[in-house]
Amino acid sequence: MKRTGFMSEFFERNGLALGLYLLLAVGFWVFILILLPQLSMLDFSFRHHLPPPEMGGPKDVYTLEHYKFLVLGAQGADSSYNAVDLGVFVRTLLAALFVTLLDLALCYPLAYYLGQSNGGGFVRVLVLLLIIPYWVNEILRAFAFRIIFGDSGVINELLISMGMIGSPIDFIRENVALYSGLGYAYILLMIFPIYNVIESLDRNQIEAARDMGAPWWRIHWRVVIPYAKPGISSGCTMVFMLTAGALAAPQILGGPSSLWFTQIIYQWFNQGGNWPRGAAYAIVLLIVCIFIVLSMMRLFKVKMGDIGK
Amino acid sequence: MSQGVGVNLQDVWIRFGDFVAVREANVDIEGGSFFSFLGPSGCGKTTILRAVSGFLEPSDGKILIGGNDMAGIGPNKRPTALIFQNLALFPLMKVWENITFSLEVQGVGAADRRKRADELLDMIALAGQGDKLPSELSGGQKQRVAIARALCASPDVLLLDEPLSALDLKLRQHMRTELRQIQQRVGITFIYITHDQGEALTMSDNVAVMRHGIIDQIADGQSIYDDPATPFVASFVGENNVFRGKVKSIENGMAIISTNRTGDLHARVGTSARETMKVGDKAMIFIRPEALSIAETNSASNHRIKALVTNEEFEGQAYNVFLEGGEGKEIKMSLVNQGKIRQSSMGKDMFLEYDPEQSIVLPEGELANE
Ligand SMILES: Nc1ncnc2c1ncn2[C@@H]1O[C@H](COP(=O)(O)OP(=O)(O)OP(=O)(O)O)[C@@H](O)[C@H]1O
Ligand SMILES: [Mg+2]
Repeated sequence: MKRTGFMSEFFERNGLALGLYLLLAVGFWVFILILLPQLSMLDFSFRHHLPPPEMGGPKDVYTLEHYKFLVLGAQGADSSYNAVDLGVFVRTLLAALFVTLLDLALCYPLAYYLGQSNGGGFVRVLVLLLIIPYWVNEILRAFAFRIIFGDSGVINELLISMGMIGSPIDFIRENVALYSGLGYAYILLMIFPIYNVIESLDRNQIEAARDMGAPWWRIHWRVVIPYAKPGISSGCTMVFMLTAGALAAPQILGGPSSLWFTQIIYQWFNQGGNWPRGAAYAIVLLIVCIFIVLSMMRLFKVKMGDIGK
Repeated sequence: MSQGVGVNLQDVWIRFGDFVAVREANVDIEGGSFFSFLGPSGCGKTTILRAVSGFLEPSDGKILIGGNDMAGIGPNKRPTALIFQNLALFPLMKVWENITFSLEVQGVGAADRRKRADELLDMIALAGQGDKLPSELSGGQKQRVAIARALCASPDVLLLDEPLSALDLKLRQHMRTELRQIQQRVGITFIYITHDQGEALTMSDNVAVMRHGIIDQIADGQSIYDDPATPFVASFVGENNVFRGKVKSIENGMAIISTNRTGDLHARVGTSARETMKVGDKAMIFIRPEALSIAETNSASNHRIKALVTNEEFEGQAYNVFLEGGEGKEIKMSLVNQGKIRQSSMGKDMFLEYDPEQSIVLPEGELANE
């Protein structure tokens, strides 16, 4: 009863054609682009890795084999659990966390400056300068970093010519290139949410705090950061999720010893041809990331609704 | 009881690029007094207040608080507290945290802060509301919280930037009295900014009237109303009928002005022009609507004006009669309502008279435009 009322009102407001279009578009988005692929991945992850002729046959039953593999490793291996994959998994999450914090530390002051300096042409130019590099595609940007950080790259050349170091530093092996590349890859997704919130903060509040004797750090701690919290958490969520799921940057910039969890997933899908195992790994990554984000939001008392702002 | 801390502006200029926002301001504010800056929007009131509180440095001149030069001393180091035009309460802090923020900055413990907050909440008649958020309060309550927050810092000088402008009329009148009482109770200097002359006159010991960056007059409310220093003050503070003309003669501080449309009019030369006004100068006469009355005798004289009644309105405590005859604008006369039914004089000629002692002649100058 109520439902039909809502539907008829919806069509009345938008007209039949537009209403249908909206419904179809949203439906397509939600079902075809989001739910269906994820569900089929979920389904894949519970199946045995079978050669094509046996698919759908009597052996094609649900199993936890791949999840077990991630945790316990291959049967008959020397260690009792899958140290390599789990190690990469944990390291990936920690690195993603680190990159998120790094981006936050870089972006908060910048976003504060952009948001509180009253408009002006200079700020607009600055914002444009931030955006333009993102017109270049991700892989190209990663290679650019590789060149900059390479043995004969700009940075090493500069340091050597200034006499600060004797032989080039291997930034790739030390993962400096990787963290810089990852940090840079999604930095805009950190700046803009924070900038948007801080821009709407009444300058008088900052001045009021200053008038009452507050030093700058307390003004940020008590006035600006609480206000900017929705923006900060939405920025952190996006950067964390995307960094943990990044593939191009680790592929191109990662040192020989540092594997990213997504690279393992990629290997299972691609070289290993073991789709069910790749799917299981991807699902675990997704769920753990969501769990981490939700518990962080809980910890910092951010509501889901605030993030959408 | 302390005498309170005075504030002095000495030849203060404030410029934004080429734009002069405040021009050569000289103001002496007595410690413990209630001082108002009154002027139309954009005349530089907030700018002066920001300079006193330390958010901007004057381009020229000195600001003294309690006799000490404030140059180079930041807002967090001055003994002032500012109440912002939009209050600027912290929306995410509870009311009691808002009020005691200055104590938090000083490192006072939570229990002591809470106690002080409760005392102040009592004072502003908001006991028990400390745990609310500012958004859960009414406009007048927010107002009082902002006052409590400023007072909590125990400032020597409280600066208020049109704090009542967002309130409705009744509440505004109520808060006026309340502010005045608070000021008398705490005994500190209040510097109050407003574009509402009623507020300035009712609350202040002294008022400075400003017009685009220039201070025209500093005096107590009654002097400003009865003896304005410039045509701007005369027309901005209260209502005034203006007649233009030339000075015909001056004698004992009284002048006769020949006007174009209303004949010769007699009035007192304003104190500010007493020394300088000469025969032949262009001048303006200001006669308040309540100083006009219906003449007893219908003959021309230099304190009578003949004019045609074009409109009448009943305002409660007064009848307002509008007549043709002024300079472009109609003449307004306010008659006290004495409870008798008045006969309409619409469309008739009427003789008005006024007391020349109560009416002011000033050299021609800029008027406040409504
Ligand atoms: N930071 C600034 N840069 C340039 N001009 C300014 C600045 N601050 C104020 N002004 C100008 O100085 C003049 C005085 O402004 P101010 O804010 O003091 O007015 P006000 O008297 O408080 O007006 P209102 O009653 O509307 O609050 C205005 O013309 C304003 O445009
Ligand atoms: Mg102002």
